[in-house]
Amino acid sequence: MSVALIVNGTDRQSSLDPETPLLWVLRDEFGLTGTKFGCGVAACGACTVHIDGEAVRACQIALGDVWGAVTTIEGLSQGDTLAPLQEAWVRHQVAQCGFCQSGQIMQAAELLAQTPEPSDEEIDAAMAGNLCRCGTYSAIRAAIHDAARALNGGSAG
Amino acid sequence: MSRLGKITRRTLLVGAVAVAGGAAFGVYQIRKPVTNPLRPEDGASLNPYVIIDQQGISIIAPRAEMGQGVHTTLAALVAEELDAEWESVRVLHGPPAAAYFNAALAHGALPVPDYDLGPWQRRVTEGLGAASKLLGLQVTGGSTSTVDGFERMRMAGASAREALKAVAAERLGVDVADLRTEAGRVIAPDGTEIDFRDLAEAAATRPVPQVELRHPYDWKLLGRSLPRSDMRAKVTGQAQFSTDIVLEGMKFATVRICPYLGGGMAGFDAEPALAIAGVEQVLDLGDGVAVIASNTWAAMQGAEAVEIDWTPSPLPPTTEAMFVQIARAFDARPNSTMRDQGKPDEVEAGIEVEYRVPFLAHSTMEPMGATAVLQDGHLTLWVGNQAPREHAKVAAQAAGVAVDNVTLHTVFLGGGFGRRVETDITRQAARIAALVPETPIRLTWSREEDMRHDFYRPAAIARMRGAVDDGRAVLFDAKIAAPSVTRAAIGRMIGREMGGPDKGHVEGAFDQPYAIPNYRVAGHLAELDVPIGFWRAVGNSFNGFFHECFIDELAHAAGRDPLQFRLDHVGAESPVAGGVLEAVRDMSDWGAPVPEGVGRGVAMTWSFGTPTAVVIDLEREQGGIRIARAFMACDPGLVLDPAIVRAQMESGLIYGLSAAVMGEITFTDGRADQGNFPDYDALRMFNAPRIEVGILQDNPHMGGVGEPGTPPAMPALANALFALTGQRVRSLPLLPHADFLI
Repeated sequence: MSVALIVNGTDRQSSLDPETPLLWVLRDEFGLTGTKFGCGVAACGACTVHIDGEAVRACQIALGDVWGAVTTIEGLSQGDTLAPLQEAWVRHQVAQCGFCQSGQIMQAAELLAQTPEPSDEEIDAAMAGNLCRCGTYSAIRAAIHDAARALNGGSAG
Repeated sequence: MSRLGKITRRTLLVGAVAVAGGAAFGVYQIRKPVTNPLRPEDGASLNPYVIIDQQGISIIAPRAEMGQGVHTTLAALVAEELDAEWESVRVLHGPPAAAYFNAALAHGALPVPDYDLGPWQRRVTEGLGAASKLLGLQVTGGSTSTVDGFERMRMAGASAREALKAVAAERLGVDVADLRTEAGRVIAPDGTEIDFRDLAEAAATRPVPQVELRHPYDWKLLGRSLPRSDMRAKVTGQAQFSTDIVLEGMKFATVRICPYLGGGMAGFDAEPALAIAGVEQVLDLGDGVAVIASNTWAAMQGAEAVEIDWTPSPLPPTTEAMFVQIARAFDARPNSTMRDQGKPDEVEAGIEVEYRVPFLAHSTMEPMGATAVLQDGHLTLWVGNQAPREHAKVAAQAAGVAVDNVTLHTVFLGGGFGRRVETDITRQAARIAALVPETPIRLTWSREEDMRHDFYRPAAIARMRGAVDDGRAVLFDAKIAAPSVTRAAIGRMIGREMGGPDKGHVEGAFDQPYAIPNYRVAGHLAELDVPIGFWRAVGNSFNGFFHECFIDELAHAAGRDPLQFRLDHVGAESPVAGGVLEAVRDMSDWGAPVPEGVGRGVAMTWSFGTPTAVVIDLEREQGGIRIARAFMACDPGLVLDPAIVRAQMESGLIYGLSAAVMGEITFTDGRADQGNFPDYDALRMFNAPRIEVGILQDNPHMGGVGEPGTPPAMPALANALFALTGQRVRSLPLLPHADFLI
């Protein structure tokens, strides 16, 4: 028995039990290790990926319940061309240890898709589920604003 | 990783190139040059820090990148002198090797406050640095990496550059003095350019040229905020942590070890686990089990399903009983009295109070993990760690192979904070790999396993006596009781009990730059076998809280402004420390009228060579108390990368504030009551303050930056709470006493 998935635009087959959380399918079976395990209880956001553009905690979605196309951090950039959010992350030198940043970026990507010009309060609310033990929050907030400007045709930086 | 090629399995090499520096440059106290452990498959290693092959220049960082930006700054030290093109430089973790000893670890060894070290004492500590070379301590910790690498890494770059030039001079038939270097090339007077890549092999066989380091005035990279070498990998998901290694035929494992700390396992039934799809094996680890499966989820489900008969913990049954045990240490003679001025016993105390702080977990974002395989008698591991030689040694023992048969790759650390000095994860991974030889194992701990098997920041109690007279402190008498981190952690590392006065136990209290006539700090070591270890800022993390909250109490008792009160006592003792207090005063407009519903607090701690002051503003809101703003000023002396310093200050602050607001590990029957983030959370974006960081460079000695932001954050917060509510909370966390926004 296998489950068919679309991950980062590619058709994939998983042979794992349909109850297996998507996180472990991505990491262990598909080798997409950019998505991280932090808590297993949806409390830290390190495993955030998109299903049909919606940010979800991959540790909580059973393989058999995946309802649409999955995008991970590996699928956010186009080859060597970084997504605007990733470029903003680089401009603001956001990452420290970096372990939470895949999840932070995926969460921020959903925010900007829904709210192209978020306020500080909207950013804080959207990012509340994403923990960072290095405390990179101010840099994340600045990078999200910066990416929003870039996406809206303004000048970034 | 592949660019490092096969790093030698043995540290003794034929034809190795000596590291730059050596006695000729007065860098090291030991005259024998270190052995270069690098033996790349392609290209040439010019010294233990530089490999040049056809792909370009790789710089080997002797310290672990755990978020603090050390790869970037250490590589910049080499690149500055080497004239490498920054954007094309690659940075790699060094293998376990004595060449990468950390000499600066010993800088804190003398029982003297850092701010007060005389020139002769600094020379003594440099001698102690040589001793740590003998021990080969390759440890990332104590905010020492940049101080340690400052000369050594520049020497490595400079000597490599000169060796490359010498080869070019011969080839071109010109005087070496007429050659210059730029962006990875040697350039002759006639404009001829030779790429370093075409010179490296010949250069690597040369004796190490004697070189002088460039004047800071000529620096092109140092002193600037550089693009971090690890940034792109970390925003694209390509950065590899301990459990991101993909190997052919790999299996996935987790462990479940007795959560009743110090207890063991009487027996277990593996059947329920083996019934789970994907679970392949349950291994007996003595004090728990390892489960091997086709994926990590199945392994974790399996570990939960194993029926295990645990044996009890010998620890006191409750946290309160542990505090009773800690308080018993006050009855015995102090282990140290490193500050002992005046006649504290003859001064009547106006204030006598007790402070308490709890056990804390490191709670790194990445739970403990490792990848390992034992193949043909050779053990290969990938593990993010802060002490590669120790980890390799432990791995060899656990797998039953000689240490020469261990290859340990240090990968990125998903947060360290002291936790990854400890070798427990590596021991487990090596043992499991040895039980299933020829099978690569990816071992991932659950968050619960991580939180319940930490080496915790110890709980501590302080008993304080103080008095003021005429607006000044005349008595500061502190007794500090806690189990000793130094004895526990160093003992585990070197395999024997440390004796003597324990400086780490009282740092952050005895070594603060206050002029107080009767000033005493005594350390009492408690006997309590909860596993404890280095936690960001170690002793400073509790002593900073004790010291700076009590100074605040004295200021209020004297009817003085707490910031000016500090300045009055600090300014003459240490103008450098006074400088950071003045800086936060000015940044925060301290002294201006504070609106209703706002409380401000201040604190200053000198730790790891860097005085750091913090002002916190609290605001009462509808939903609770918000930590609205933080103003920080630090003086680490010469600053090599301002953006990294700023990031570390913010990071240290938030780490400290998180602990102060809500961090607490409690125990029932020796088992931590907290298992995951819902029980042991930290500040998040919405409740973290807006932070302003001021960086001063008046300190004549370079200090660290990874830890000094943490200690003053906690007392500044508690002092702000006092300003807001009038309630002096003398225990952490604060959340049970105040409705912080969470």
